[in-house]
Amino acid sequence: MAFESADHAKAYWKENLSLMVKLLFVWALVSFGFGIFLVDVLNQVQFFGFKLGFWFAQQGAIYTFIVLIFIYIRQMNKLDKKYQVDEE
Amino acid sequence: MDIQTLTFIVVGLTFALYIGIAIWARAGSTNDFYVAGGGVPPVANGMATAADWMSAASFISMAGLISFMGYDGSVYLMGWTGGYVLLALCLAPYLRKFGKFTVPDFIGDRYYSQTARTVAVFCAIVVSFTYIAGQMRGVGVVFSRFLEVDITAGVLIGMAMVYFYTLLGGMKGITYTQVAQYCILAFAYTVPAVFITFQMTGHILPQTGFGATLADGSGAYLLERLDGLSRELGFAAYTEGSRATLDVFAITLALMVGTAGLPHVIIRFFTVPKVSDARRSGGWALVFIAVVYTTAPAIASITKVNVLDTINGPDQQGVMYENAPTWISNWEQTGLIQISEEARAGEEPMFFSNDDRANTNVDADIIVLASPEIANLPNWVVALVAAGGVAAALSTSAGLLLVISSSVSHDLLKRTFKPDITDKQELLAARIAAGFAVLIGAYFGINPPGFVAQVVAFAFGLAASSFFPAIIMGIFHKRMNSTGAIAGMVTGIVFTLAYIIYFKFMNPTAGPDEWFMQISPEGIGTVGMLLNFIVANIVLKFTKESPAEIQELVESIRYPKGSGAATGH
Repeated sequence: MAFESADHAKAYWKENLSLMVKLLFVWALVSFGFGIFLVDVLNQVQFFGFKLGFWFAQQGAIYTFIVLIFIYIRQMNKLDKKYQVDEE
Repeated sequence: MDIQTLTFIVVGLTFALYIGIAIWARAGSTNDFYVAGGGVPPVANGMATAADWMSAASFISMAGLISFMGYDGSVYLMGWTGGYVLLALCLAPYLRKFGKFTVPDFIGDRYYSQTARTVAVFCAIVVSFTYIAGQMRGVGVVFSRFLEVDITAGVLIGMAMVYFYTLLGGMKGITYTQVAQYCILAFAYTVPAVFITFQMTGHILPQTGFGATLADGSGAYLLERLDGLSRELGFAAYTEGSRATLDVFAITLALMVGTAGLPHVIIRFFTVPKVSDARRSGGWALVFIAVVYTTAPAIASITKVNVLDTINGPDQQGVMYENAPTWISNWEQTGLIQISEEARAGEEPMFFSNDDRANTNVDADIIVLASPEIANLPNWVVALVAAGGVAAALSTSAGLLLVISSSVSHDLLKRTFKPDITDKQELLAARIAAGFAVLIGAYFGINPPGFVAQVVAFAFGLAASSFFPAIIMGIFHKRMNSTGAIAGMVTGIVFTLAYIIYFKFMNPTAGPDEWFMQISPEGIGTVGMLLNFIVANIVLKFTKESPAEIQELVESIRYPKGSGAATGH
């Protein structure tokens, strides 16, 4: 076992899952939420020359996806170090 | 210099580059051939993944589809990028830690079952062949329009190229060729986009330009004008959709999980040295894909305005055929623009609309390929777009060929029928299998089945309803056993296939009212995926959970430490 104890293994996995769920919530919010189910509401708002809902569906969601992955990479590298399961 | 000579030179130079890279990166072992020796840096892998992923369909057709679908086209933008979040967060790091060559390898070992492996091999091969036929068609279209060779010759040249560097370099050759191909296709996609955005709005960035005001001094926003034009001509308003909300959701989700379940995308993550690199290359892949995918909607809307203004005239009264610019007759010859007899004879002006005034029809596929000509850009830009289209088709075909050849030589031969073959023999088998795959691919490229467009729905539906749930449960649900996983996969595939076959082939005229909850065949993979999860868990309730050693195996892929190079054993 790479972890110090079974408790550590459990705690690591729990933190990993909670980070993943939070990020996936934002993932679903910007695409399915803002881009699809709430699109008509957001389209009432003008964002530069775009309707806001349309902008999320064709631009904003993609930018958010990139940010989400890089947050995940950073946080997971920290988490790996904290539990000493990173690769040298 | 004329367009044709320039195109020959530009495409010829790119071919020379690909061959040079292949010779430099020859593969010596199965490890080199399947996973590039596991030594690809994450940024390079991200770029290769992007080229692998962006096919002739992305390059040639996507902006055109968005152009004609407006808001509804967003399903492709969100669907084909959102899948990378799932890949980077839920699949790639764990599969890299598992450290095998192929997707069926994971399914077969995790579910300790030859049946599961065989089902996975079958899906991998079907998905990959579906895709490759479309790629070869793309090469054919580019060659026939820009080089004026016939489609058969175009397909054969393309196939010979791909076979040569796949055969020689395996995954290693493919990876570094794809890096070069990404640079070419991204450059070829964005340069004309910058030009047309600047002409239309005075902005340099396409991403902000299509939300800007028009440069004609009217002060109107581009998208407002497009909405207005669309309504006037009988189309749906550009920024509002006409599909059911639930269907838009189902298609988007099916494309996302389908992307995350496509074997040729997943295997790219087996080529990096470490687990943390697998996460990072997921991020970089999306950055490189986003360069093209955030540009596409700009090309879509700007070129739509250009097309409407050219054919219908700035006052939307129609333009006489003899006054039309040359690109119209160029593309008319390829059959992608159709003009009625009366308009051609000069009896009435050309008109493009969605009502009975229409006498001219424009195919979505020309939006990208013709956009430099429509905007009067110099000939070298046109040549560049041709080289970009070919790069997109070749890079994706090569990735798919590798999946097919490894499915046959590794999953079927080595892991199923003849476990005692040596590394050298396996490598030879992989190269022979790639040869057969190329021939079959070429056949479909030259004699495309009438349903190429429809079968794309199969590829995503199959991947979404079979691989994705099986892999996710393999990682996050350690008690999931082989019976449950197989039952889930079979249910998902059979349901999805049956629905698509019924509504695409047996009853193609059916509309939203006959569909299940208004979900189109393109989006049904989402329902298939849910069924897969549900059935697998019900079966698990009545059968014994996975054995202790498998649960330990799953525990061990959940943290990065101790990841070795990928192996076949």
